[in-house]
Amino acid sequence: MKRFRFNQQEIVFAVFAILFLVFSIFLRGFLTPENMLTLLQNVAVLGILGLAMAIVVIGRGIDISLIAALAVPPGLVLQMVQNGHSLTASVLTAVLLTIAFGLVNGWLIAYAEVPSLFATLATGLLLAGLGQAALFQLDVVQWSDGMAGFERLGQGTILGIPTSIVMFALACIVVAFLLRRTRWGAYIYAIGDNPYAARVTGIPSRPIIVLQYVIAALIGCFAGLVMAASVNSMPTRIFNSTLIYDVILVVVLGGIGLSGGRGGVLNVIIGTLLIGTMLNGMTIMDISYAGQNLVKGVVLLLAVITDSFLNPRNEETAQQGDI
Amino acid sequence: MKRVVSSAKVIVAALGLAAIAAPALAQQGLDEPFQKPFKEALAGKTVAYVPVAMNFDLTEGWYAGMKKELEPYGVKFEIRDPNWNTNAGAQAVTSLISEKPAVMIIHNPDVQTYAKLLQRAENEGIYVIQINMGSAYRSSAFVGANWIEIGERDTDAVVKSCQGKSNKIAIVQGALSAAASAYTLKGVENVLAKHPEIKVVSSQAADWDAAKAKAITQTVLKQNPDLCGIVGFWDGMDIGTAAAVKEAGLTGKVFVATSGGGERKGACELVKSGAFDLNLSYDVPTQAADLAAMIKWLLSSGAKAGSVKGSAYTTLVPITKENADSATACWNLSDLKK
Repeated sequence: MKRFRFNQQEIVFAVFAILFLVFSIFLRGFLTPENMLTLLQNVAVLGILGLAMAIVVIGRGIDISLIAALAVPPGLVLQMVQNGHSLTASVLTAVLLTIAFGLVNGWLIAYAEVPSLFATLATGLLLAGLGQAALFQLDVVQWSDGMAGFERLGQGTILGIPTSIVMFALACIVVAFLLRRTRWGAYIYAIGDNPYAARVTGIPSRPIIVLQYVIAALIGCFAGLVMAASVNSMPTRIFNSTLIYDVILVVVLGGIGLSGGRGGVLNVIIGTLLIGTMLNGMTIMDISYAGQNLVKGVVLLLAVITDSFLNPRNEETAQQGDI
Repeated sequence: MKRVVSSAKVIVAALGLAAIAAPALAQQGLDEPFQKPFKEALAGKTVAYVPVAMNFDLTEGWYAGMKKELEPYGVKFEIRDPNWNTNAGAQAVTSLISEKPAVMIIHNPDVQTYAKLLQRAENEGIYVIQINMGSAYRSSAFVGANWIEIGERDTDAVVKSCQGKSNKIAIVQGALSAAASAYTLKGVENVLAKHPEIKVVSSQAADWDAAKAKAITQTVLKQNPDLCGIVGFWDGMDIGTAAAVKEAGLTGKVFVATSGGGERKGACELVKSGAFDLNLSYDVPTQAADLAAMIKWLLSSGAKAGSVKGSAYTTLVPITKENADSATACWNLSDLKK
């Protein structure tokens, strides 16, 4: 069937190309090298989060707790440094917390067999609540002198390219390597495509699922550090925002089917580019907030509908608890 | 030796005199008739506090300040933390009405949601004090910033800094549904109406989110590198605005005006670093003291809830490079909690 149609990745790329062309012609100041860099810089963190989500979605799961992993461990770094701990110790603690968090997610989903949607919804709330109740004094954790130098992770440029774009590129390379060049990556695709067949063929599916969530949490934490460095603070309240929908939007738009087993890093990049172009263009046009939400909502809806047309569910692929 | 004797005599004489005089003085002691009813009016009373969320400088500061002032009088506090959830807040207010605290301190998420509930509470005899973000219902007291004034003064400063420059400014709003944001915008409009030469190149909502504010400002600065000023609506968000200005290498060239609660790390430190040129502070400890004073007055007055209605708008403290170093311009939460 797909031979006669475009696949979603191509459709989205075409939409992106058209949008880009229209903006370039009609919007003054859009097609300048500076604006292109700004465009990418603005969506770099979103793109990094998209990579984390992609790994999980390819393995036929979803990670709603990603924003908690973005907010809490990096927030902990800033808070600990503010309280006088060394930067190294703080980062180490945050990484350990992130790994523990990923392990809990993975264990719940792989061993306790809780559907990923509900498991991560709950653990995300748990981690965000823990942060608010026990770890942070205020919900915006401010930069302190002990963090000096660390802001280079999100500010400034490397060889003329804004650092956050470089970080996104690095994350892309690492994830692409993991998915395409390692045995674990191949296992993730196998599990996403057909978990039962994967298990029968002897793939250690449970440990691989745990691995997915640990990696996703670590990437989320990395995105959080880049974000905190970029705005010189960690607004932990971001957990309450709609950022997670934007992340899902990037993944689904890019053409990574929610039923798993398909897509890769390229899809995330395309999804991110489309969102970036949309946001940047709308900001230059000074479209109102409500208008922007409307456009985003319509685009997501179209993407989801296209996804269900191009990757239809059937008894074989659908299962309870899937989204 | 003589001296010792004489000073001893003096002491003895003085003691004797005191002994004679003391009962006489005590008889002249006057009972202050109002302090006892005041103490009684406060003792054992419950103050319920419903902020939009705990865990941020404003709401933590108000709570710490009120507690410090009122707990010694035996006032009990009860917090309901809706954690940014308007529905949860409305439920908290509803259940509080049936629990009948003496006073409710309400921080409204918007103008409408709690309005009817607050009226009901006052009909039930609960004093309602609204803090910083009021509702459409005017209750016994309002303590808080005048958002229109904040918008006007921030914009005035930006307009002034634009003189002889490009006259292009940008506005970074908060969340569209928040009254504080809408009122501030009105203040901005008031000033802009008087200055037709000023061109607003961008006026967008960043949802109180620093990352969004940074993204918007970056794009705006790339399109308008000659921008002369930005009016931001909250310092916690405008830390992102300022980061974008800094990354564009325009710190000092683009005037950034904002407002906030005046917490040291979020306000004075950032003005000192040059991130903000003006931060209008609605000094939270002062607001907390105002709240405590209102509670004391209302409880001791015995007035029927809702029969008197008044406001205590906060006098704004403009924080600039000149006073950012001073000990009094900003406050620390840890000090307030002591």
